[in-house]
Amino acid sequence: MELLYAITLGVLTTCGVYLLLRARTFTVILGLTLLSHAVNLYLFASGRLVAGAPAIVGLTEHSADPLPQALVLTAIVIGFAMTAFVVVLALKAAVELRNDHVDGENPDEDRA
Amino acid sequence: MPLVLIILLPLTGACLPALLQGRSSRLLASVAALPALFCLLLLLSWLPHVMGGGEAVVQRLAWLPSLGLDVAFRLDGLGLLFALLITGIGCLILLYARYYFAGSDTSARFFTLILLFMAAMLSIVLSENLLFMLVFWELTSLVSFLLIGYHSHDHAARLGARMSLVITGGGGLALFGGVVLLGQAAGSYELTKVLEAGDRIRAHEHYGLMLNLILLGAFTKSAQFPFHLWLPHAMTAPTPVSAYLHSATMVKAGLFLVARLHPALGDTSLWFHLITLTGMVTLMLGAFVAMFMHDMKGLLAYSTVSHLGLIMLLLGLGTPMALAAALFHLLCHALFKAPLFMMAGYVDRATGTRDMRRINGMWRFMPALMVLSGISAAAMAGLPLMSGYLSKKMLFGESLQVTAPDWAVVVIPLWVTLAGLFSVAYSIRIFHNVFFNGRPVDLPVWPPVSPRAAALSPIALLAFATLLVGLAPEAFYAGLVHPAFAAARQAMVTPFDFATLGGRLPMLMSLFALAGGALFYHFRDPLFRLHARLPEVDAKEIFDWLMRRTIALSQQRVFQLENGSLQRYLTFIMATLVVLVGLELGGVTHWDGGVALAPLDPLTLLAAVLLCLAAIGVVAFHHYRLPALLLLGVTGLFVTVTFARFSAPDLALTQLMVEVMAVVIMMLALSFLPQTSPRGSSGFRMGRDLAIAGLMGIGVAAFSYAILTRPQQTISDFFLVNSVPGGGGSNVVNVILVDFRGFDTLGEITVLGIAAVAVFAFTRDLHLKERVVETNPMHWVAEPHPIMLSTVARLVLPIALLVSAYIFLRGHNLPGGGFIAGLITAVALTLQYMAGGLVWAQARMLTAFRPLIGAGVLIATFTGLGSWLFGFPFLTSAHGHFHLPLVGEFELATAMLFDLGVYATVVGATLLILANLGKLMTVAGPGKEIG
Repeated sequence: MELLYAITLGVLTTCGVYLLLRARTFTVILGLTLLSHAVNLYLFASGRLVAGAPAIVGLTEHSADPLPQALVLTAIVIGFAMTAFVVVLALKAAVELRNDHVDGENPDEDRA
Repeated sequence: MPLVLIILLPLTGACLPALLQGRSSRLLASVAALPALFCLLLLLSWLPHVMGGGEAVVQRLAWLPSLGLDVAFRLDGLGLLFALLITGIGCLILLYARYYFAGSDTSARFFTLILLFMAAMLSIVLSENLLFMLVFWELTSLVSFLLIGYHSHDHAARLGARMSLVITGGGGLALFGGVVLLGQAAGSYELTKVLEAGDRIRAHEHYGLMLNLILLGAFTKSAQFPFHLWLPHAMTAPTPVSAYLHSATMVKAGLFLVARLHPALGDTSLWFHLITLTGMVTLMLGAFVAMFMHDMKGLLAYSTVSHLGLIMLLLGLGTPMALAAALFHLLCHALFKAPLFMMAGYVDRATGTRDMRRINGMWRFMPALMVLSGISAAAMAGLPLMSGYLSKKMLFGESLQVTAPDWAVVVIPLWVTLAGLFSVAYSIRIFHNVFFNGRPVDLPVWPPVSPRAAALSPIALLAFATLLVGLAPEAFYAGLVHPAFAAARQAMVTPFDFATLGGRLPMLMSLFALAGGALFYHFRDPLFRLHARLPEVDAKEIFDWLMRRTIALSQQRVFQLENGSLQRYLTFIMATLVVLVGLELGGVTHWDGGVALAPLDPLTLLAAVLLCLAAIGVVAFHHYRLPALLLLGVTGLFVTVTFARFSAPDLALTQLMVEVMAVVIMMLALSFLPQTSPRGSSGFRMGRDLAIAGLMGIGVAAFSYAILTRPQQTISDFFLVNSVPGGGGSNVVNVILVDFRGFDTLGEITVLGIAAVAVFAFTRDLHLKERVVETNPMHWVAEPHPIMLSTVARLVLPIALLVSAYIFLRGHNLPGGGFIAGLITAVALTLQYMAGGLVWAQARMLTAFRPLIGAGVLIATFTGLGSWLFGFPFLTSAHGHFHLPLVGEFELATAMLFDLGVYATVVGATLLILANLGKLMTVAGPGKEIG
């Protein structure tokens, strides 16, 4: 199970980072979302993988670690707000610069 | 009496002239002289103690003891000699400035800066702590910069100021490095301990580096070759500044440092070679160039460079009495060079020029000045009975004492004799050219008017002191120089014996230098012509070229790194991350931490495979944006499933709601953006990015595997145990959010609110409608508000709100809470927007989203503040059981009120974002504000 979880994280990270390095704003937003999934899952994993034992007092004898869960919960919400902000930023840039390249210019080629 | 007073007096005194802006120089000088004179008196009161061979006085005030930084002062012979020089000459300079600035109403700045400089310089020489000293070392550089650029409208003055700041400031940086190394080696920054640790420091592995860095600081400050060039260019400063900072005091700070640290660093072969050779080159170069300068102040500046080189040479020499000779000459130099500068200032004022080819025959106009300058010039030349004669003979005597290395035994005596010859020549020149040598040529100001008798008083006092030293050197030596010599040596030393000074060889060398100098001056005209034909090597050009190259190079580097391309920045950041973390992880030997793996069930495997496939699908289809977005939604759903699978119901609920909202928002955005991404990347680029991304993925996978298979050590037991008794709730995640870590949550909802308001501000004046038509002639759906959807949505709303209220109320004990309830409410209302359209929803809905966000944050904050009323720390929660008839036993916690704030903020923020993005779709466009 742990190995599978780690591999899944790796795949999510790879996809996220690759998209992050693309040249179009929308693709970068996609990458950012994937990467934040990976980061949230990673943080969550620091509480280890426990099945069927939510962190509710009195429900089970050993419960999952509540601390990473609390951290990740706010991270999800803030991540959402940030995604929304980046989306609006991308829209604004696309309107003002008349293209959706991340650098705001050279719409036909990558810059390096 | 506290030593700190000596520094505080001029420091606070510096404010006085600043408050008297625009007043006459007479008043300003008197006001500025008060703290300086008082300071001098304080120092003189210490003289008996120091002369009597008293111990060094150390006084300290704790400042940052954890960093080894105290405000600590130390007064011993060496410090007192310099402090007296600084305040004594400083007082005379203030007196001189009173006349120099007569008639000018902008001199307040000068007096303020001079007092500030005095305080900084006194701090350098009286510091016990080396770090403390460094601060004031830099301050003198800064004040010097401001004073050189005093005539800020003058281009040359600005250039000179900048050059001095670059060189002395750069040297200060090197010194900083050196002092830190020194402090590390000595184990303390306290001078007392550093001076005792000499053997340990000299044996330290970084001794060479340390010495080089410290000497770099000293050499730049004291204008040693090749850093001397700032000093001649500093002559654009008003003459009182040149006389004070750039001849008598600041440029001697480097010499002071070398003398001060001599017991800690000195008397090694490296020390001898670095200091002696630098001193020799500086001595000769300064003396030679000075001879050919036509500018009075230029000549004096190069002669200062030469004398600084001479003293530096003596400091490095290492013969028993060399240090005494150095300190003696240092004092003599200050006494004869300052009046010469003052003379140059008066002559400049009287004639309007500093060119010695034009200023001739001044004896007719200012005979008194001639007599007084004659004394100083004679001392500089080293005529018999003058102070300079003695110090020069001391130099010659010491140069003959050198026994090793072999070259030095012959070269140094010859070298100093030759340099002495030049110094005689330029001393004759400045005196003869200015006061004799025929008649003035074409002076801008005519006729030259002699300064008033009173104005000559500072020159007269200094000339008198020079004569006194020449006549009674023993008393002078015993009173001031010997205690300084002993303090610099940190040992009992035998006093210098002036009786043996008249050795045959030093006498011969002196006579040779005098005669040679006179001859040299006599044949000056052919020599000047010869010199004029020599190719001109202007050090300033080299300096400027170096500066230009440095700036161009760094700009080039900056542009290479910072070319405005996000792709490049991200690639750099990611690649750096891969390399640095990779290097660190390379040392990990056991990736498997040993904890037994949990068994794998087929359903989980399937979900994981689907999650991976969806993520890979996003990448594969990222050129087609809508499919990619849908696949992104799929990954989000499987992340939700993952949270649910591993005992995190709160997270699963949150993720689910967020996923819905995020996809809706991105979908909205996508309708304004191109529907496809062009295939722009080259194959190489894609390969490179894939490699970086792949390496990061492997790193993250390996790292999380390593974590997952290691035993867990958590602090969560505290939360689990205290959740019910301390927070009054059994859902520990929620209790952490609203109680234990309530402050974090407060910050987070604030960020959420700020992000939403930022979105609001951004969409305010965005005109997208035309653009949609432009880029997207075909709209996605024919019917924007399908009837089925709107009917269902209206039916669902009350149920959804009820669920949301339920989730909110139970959140403290079961999965749920403000965040999740807020998101559910938001999703339900979003559905109304989607089904009915913005205008329809607007008409039927309360849309004060921004006040809602504000209210949410305020509710949460005031709930936290409420605990203050009861004397508890911020955000302490209270809870209790209550009994109501019919309802029965129930529990209330103030945390619930806090959660209400969270709820309000989440609803407000989410809807503000969504409504404003949706607004862009409407024909009404940005005309009407929502939220």
